[in-house]
Amino acid sequence: MSDTQPVLEVTDLQKRFAVPRGVLGALRGAPRRSVRAIDGVSFTLGHGEVLALVGESGCGKTTTGRTILRLEQATSGEVLFEGKDVLKAGGRQMKALRRDMQIVFQDPYASLDPRITVGESVAEGLLIHGIGTPKDRQERVREVLAKVGLHSSQVNRFPHEFSGGQRQRIGIARALIMEPKLIVCDEPVSALDVSIQSQVLNLLKNLQREFGLTYLFIAHNLSVVEHISDRVGVMYLGKMVELSSREDLFREPLHPYTKALISAIPNPDPTARRERIVLQGDVPSPINPPSGCRFHPRCWIAREVCREQEPAFEEKRKGHWAACHFAGQF
Amino acid sequence: MAQVLSQAPTSVDTEAGWRTIWRQLRRSPMGLAGLCMLAVVLFMAIFAPWVAPYDPYAPVRARIDTIYAPPSAEHPLGTDDGGKDVLSAFIFGARVSLIVGFVASAITVLIGGLVGIVAGYYGGRVGGALMGVTNIFLVIPDLPLYVVLVSLLGPSIWNIILAIILLSWTGTARLVYAQVLSIRERQFVTRARAIGASSGYIIRKHILPLVLPIILAQNALVISIAILSESGLAFLGLGDPSLISWGTMLNFAFGRGAVSVGAWWALLPPGLGIVWVVLGWTLLGYVIEDIVNPRARTHHLM
Repeated sequence: MSDTQPVLEVTDLQKRFAVPRGVLGALRGAPRRSVRAIDGVSFTLGHGEVLALVGESGCGKTTTGRTILRLEQATSGEVLFEGKDVLKAGGRQMKALRRDMQIVFQDPYASLDPRITVGESVAEGLLIHGIGTPKDRQERVREVLAKVGLHSSQVNRFPHEFSGGQRQRIGIARALIMEPKLIVCDEPVSALDVSIQSQVLNLLKNLQREFGLTYLFIAHNLSVVEHISDRVGVMYLGKMVELSSREDLFREPLHPYTKALISAIPNPDPTARRERIVLQGDVPSPINPPSGCRFHPRCWIAREVCREQEPAFEEKRKGHWAACHFAGQF
Repeated sequence: MAQVLSQAPTSVDTEAGWRTIWRQLRRSPMGLAGLCMLAVVLFMAIFAPWVAPYDPYAPVRARIDTIYAPPSAEHPLGTDDGGKDVLSAFIFGARVSLIVGFVASAITVLIGGLVGIVAGYYGGRVGGALMGVTNIFLVIPDLPLYVVLVSLLGPSIWNIILAIILLSWTGTARLVYAQVLSIRERQFVTRARAIGASSGYIIRKHILPLVLPIILAQNALVISIAILSESGLAFLGLGDPSLISWGTMLNFAFGRGAVSVGAWWALLPPGLGIVWVVLGWTLLGYVIEDIVNPRARTHHLM
């Protein structure tokens, strides 16, 4: 496998959810409407790379992760995993692909079956794919649990006996045991206490280094992303508005939305002077997104052209993409 | 310590199983009471020919003084309208009640559970169609249809079972359906799909264990209902005339003047028998539900 081939190539991915009209709506002849959860997202992800997707709630970042793993059916677009078309894969092919693509969910409480012991939960992937003998599997479970900082004597406990942070470690162990090539981390720390967040983040980071894992790391908070990612993609209303290396993004954001997000990161130094950009209004409805640039109603540098023309997602600097008519001009 | 560690993870791949259920059941006085109550009846039913002092299926040979004779040393529970031993009839009658209860409830819960799981898991048109049929069956009034069905098909024990099944699977189906709908949306099901699990695996491993308590509890309830329905039908004269059941005993006693002669011994045993079995099943079902659902267990409080 050459290093030049990306692990994941996503091209113009779209996902729409139909909005139910209801019986009355259908009788009245109301138009069929849909929520454009993802509206043309493209990116690539190389081996051993961590790409973070950030944005407010409802911007489509979680749906992007789920659509890539085909937990949601994409409306259109293409997802290539090591050159294999994920969205068109048949049953057996898809099962093989699922072995290499894992997900860690946001909610560590809901993602564990309350009736199944932790050991069984962690071993489940191996069992489904028929890997190893029962004895091998037990051995692997113990190894992986140790890797994520749990004790192997805890394998026969049930999920309700663990804390949130421990459960998230179990979630990570379940992904890790498959030796995946890609892990989609869907806001893995946002349901945890702040004190636990850093522990789990450090664990993810260490595992990534140790095993050379590739993460698609979804978060709604740039401060979380700052520590773990190589590149960052910022999403707004189903579209990617900026994509660049982490250094470039934090040093010189090109999109006003990114700048606003960065200004919202809490600064532990109380004497530091900083300019805080507070966005006005709420995220507009994705059923009926604004014309032109989707960010223009909340943007402080918006001009006439932003209302009328949708900015293209272009490479403004080397390796630094943005979708803004006035990129970096603030 | 090392030994403890090497022993601990033995059940990574195995399931909790019936042994755990038994171990928990043994510690519950309520469950044990239910189990004992049922065991007594079961023993009585299986070994009826040896336990019963007389053969209730023997030809009637009644004299005026043997009809509704009060309890005596010879007949501990007296005699019935045919001059036969009530105790023997009671013992043989348990067979019919238990067979109807077991067979009807097992098939009922199987059909109901299957319909509920398939409709809930696959949803969409399949689910809509299945639940539509369920709703139609649900609104049919029970007793009139029982009466119509059994009189049309003929009063045999299997027709009674058929009628009970036809009318009682809907409750289980609806309950299981509702539960599966909510389980299906839970994240551990999504995760199982993400890891490559098939629908069959997800249903077996993640959905079935969570609806099993409902199915088991429902099973106990349906057994009670089936036994009551059979008794009710027999009491109305729609029982299998060739078989002695608690219902037919009540029917004969009621219809042939047991009340007016004050022959309580012909009415009480079958009546109490029905209460006994239904109560036993309810107690057992309740405790099993408690065990199968590990979140309800107390040890997580420690």
